[in-house]
Amino acid sequence: MGAVLSCLTWPLQPINVRLALTDVPDTDREESPVDRGSDADATEPVSIATGRSRPLGSIIRSAEIDTRLLGMIGALIVLWIGFNIMSGGTFLTARNLWNLTVQTSVVAVMATGMVLIIVTRNIDLSVGSMLAAVGMAMALLQTEILPDIFGIGHPAIWILSLAAGIALGAAIGGLQGAVVAYVGVPSFIVTLGGLLVWRGLAWWMASGRTIAPMDKTFQILGGGARGTIGGTWTWIVGIAACVGIVALLAVRRRQRIKFGFEPRPMWAEIGIGAVACAVVLGATTVINSYPMPERLAMRYAEENGIAWPPGGLSIPLGLATPVLVAIVAALVMQFVATRTRYGRYVYAIGGNPEAAELAGVKTRWTIVKTFMLMGILVAVAASIQIARLNAATSGMGQLAELYVIAAAVIGGTSLSGGVGTIPGAILGALVMQSLVSGMVLMGVDAPLQDIVVGVVLVAAVALDSFYRRKVT
Amino acid sequence: MTQQTLQKAPLVEMKNIRVAFGGVHAVDDVSVDLYPGEVVALVGGNGAGKTTLIKTLSGAHRADSGEIWIDGERATIENPRDAKALGIETIYQTLALAENIDSPGNMFLGRELRTRWGTLDDSAMESATREVMARLNPQFKNLKVPVSSLSGGQRQSVAIAKSVYYNARIIIMDEPTAALGPAETTQVGELIKQLKAEGIGIFLISHDIHDVFDLADRISVVLQGKLVGTVNKTDVTMDEVLGMIIIGKLPSDVTQTELDDLHG
Repeated sequence: MGAVLSCLTWPLQPINVRLALTDVPDTDREESPVDRGSDADATEPVSIATGRSRPLGSIIRSAEIDTRLLGMIGALIVLWIGFNIMSGGTFLTARNLWNLTVQTSVVAVMATGMVLIIVTRNIDLSVGSMLAAVGMAMALLQTEILPDIFGIGHPAIWILSLAAGIALGAAIGGLQGAVVAYVGVPSFIVTLGGLLVWRGLAWWMASGRTIAPMDKTFQILGGGARGTIGGTWTWIVGIAACVGIVALLAVRRRQRIKFGFEPRPMWAEIGIGAVACAVVLGATTVINSYPMPERLAMRYAEENGIAWPPGGLSIPLGLATPVLVAIVAALVMQFVATRTRYGRYVYAIGGNPEAAELAGVKTRWTIVKTFMLMGILVAVAASIQIARLNAATSGMGQLAELYVIAAAVIGGTSLSGGVGTIPGAILGALVMQSLVSGMVLMGVDAPLQDIVVGVVLVAAVALDSFYRRKVT
Repeated sequence: MTQQTLQKAPLVEMKNIRVAFGGVHAVDDVSVDLYPGEVVALVGGNGAGKTTLIKTLSGAHRADSGEIWIDGERATIENPRDAKALGIETIYQTLALAENIDSPGNMFLGRELRTRWGTLDDSAMESATREVMARLNPQFKNLKVPVSSLSGGQRQSVAIAKSVYYNARIIIMDEPTAALGPAETTQVGELIKQLKAEGIGIFLISHDIHDVFDLADRISVVLQGKLVGTVNKTDVTMDEVLGMIIIGKLPSDVTQTELDDLHG
């Protein structure tokens, strides 16, 4: 097992690693499976037992695919199929999957930020309370303060309240980050304090009242009746994503060739591109096969001058705005984490804070920036939340911090720092939400739901650390 | 000091450096200097203050008082960035690598190469690392794996490659061979000679008296935070240097009986 796993984690030239350590000349040629097989047997006799999975391992290896992510996708698929069977076929329906995407978006947006926080060896326990405070501020702005200035329905209302929310999120995050980085109070304590302070602030801002309704345009963010982009635009997004995937693969390949590195084999490039596009287009098809409810479709037909046929119309709702927001947030955060200097510093600090400092990285400022980024993402999540509820209460986002941290951790983020990915966190959020949603469909009691989610969280981390020990 | 080095201006002069931790003087009024193309070894027992002294030059620690002159000009070094700007590169005892990041990432940490869009140019960094490694450690080819899965020698190569790549004028090596096997130690020795030939000045901190005699031109001995003295390697014997390290007496002051007692 050890050999196969070690092959999986070092996708590029994994044999090389072992050989370099034993000073054997480099013979990492993929074309000679016989040689490679005997190599593996010589160093790692245990792998004979799993000989059947070796070809798969070598395919994955030469295609340079992240196997942890692949494992998570596998787990998610198993989970979905299991729930579908147990719920009598109601889980894998367009309706449920569409709802699942909307329900996941709030936690997913925040989880992308939590990954970077945890990677820098910190934690943010205040995101749920911060969500309530920022959400409450945005709600008050658009229902009680700005309409008096601009008049109800003015476009400045939703723009200003969104901007103010994001600024407030960044400010709260920055304040917490500064106390962590410059004063030196552990982030666990700072954000534990924040958990109480921001919740109190949320209550205090409106004396505990529920603030409603939101601005009409702002409500689009919540993905309600008007908060979807429609079938045509959903297809456009799906196709654009495919073009993007292919372009990205092409650029990477050209880059590798330019610097004289061996590119991925062509079959792997095409295979990855094809699978990724198939998944994207498949998801688009599923989303678009969830039609508008009849009443909404009728109104839509009326507004667009379409005659209402006797059998009714099947008009796709399309991608919900909060899902689109979550996708954009994930793409931006993935870019920030992997392609920017700041992202590299975040991982360097997590790996060895002293080394980062000695290399000239402004470690304290990087940590402040990370908390600010978290605050901004909380503000985005808060705007989705209040738009969805069409109301803000001081109790919003309770326990959200735990779901967000759990999503990041299930997605492979290590609490000891330095390790974690954005796609992993998104998958983690999907796993959490699928569990909850699936159990609701099966009619599981709320207390049992909590028990299952808790057990799965611990089991996922246990499995992960077991896997890590195996490969290192 | 040889006639040859006298003709050039000193590359580094550290004058009357003091560092205190609480009430303890870790470094007490120490002055050392370094000329281009020269290796000065800093030796002394554990806690003698070698590393603390050198940290004031690399920017990892600030001196409480004293002056640092680089190329005859007064320099202010408050953090590692200032030191790097002056062409001072440090290879730390702990190697100071981020374990979760690959070799090119570590080599360029803090000074990443970027594309014209401002994003990280990983391919260019990998290519540059490959070039430097071809010179330093040709057997080391698996650059894209996290440093945590590399051997001690490979890690040392990454740490050294860092300073070589940036055309440092002054390199500080804190126990560069402590974690290495004999073959790798020889390799580092060769590298130091190569750097010397290029006119680079090297401060070498070492516990290994044989390494010191093999590589250094001059030897500065520190004991309990104070400088015992600086001697030319060719003027002294190993025993005399050991005498300086342990008894704290210069070769001219020490008696033969005291030296014999060292082996007792």
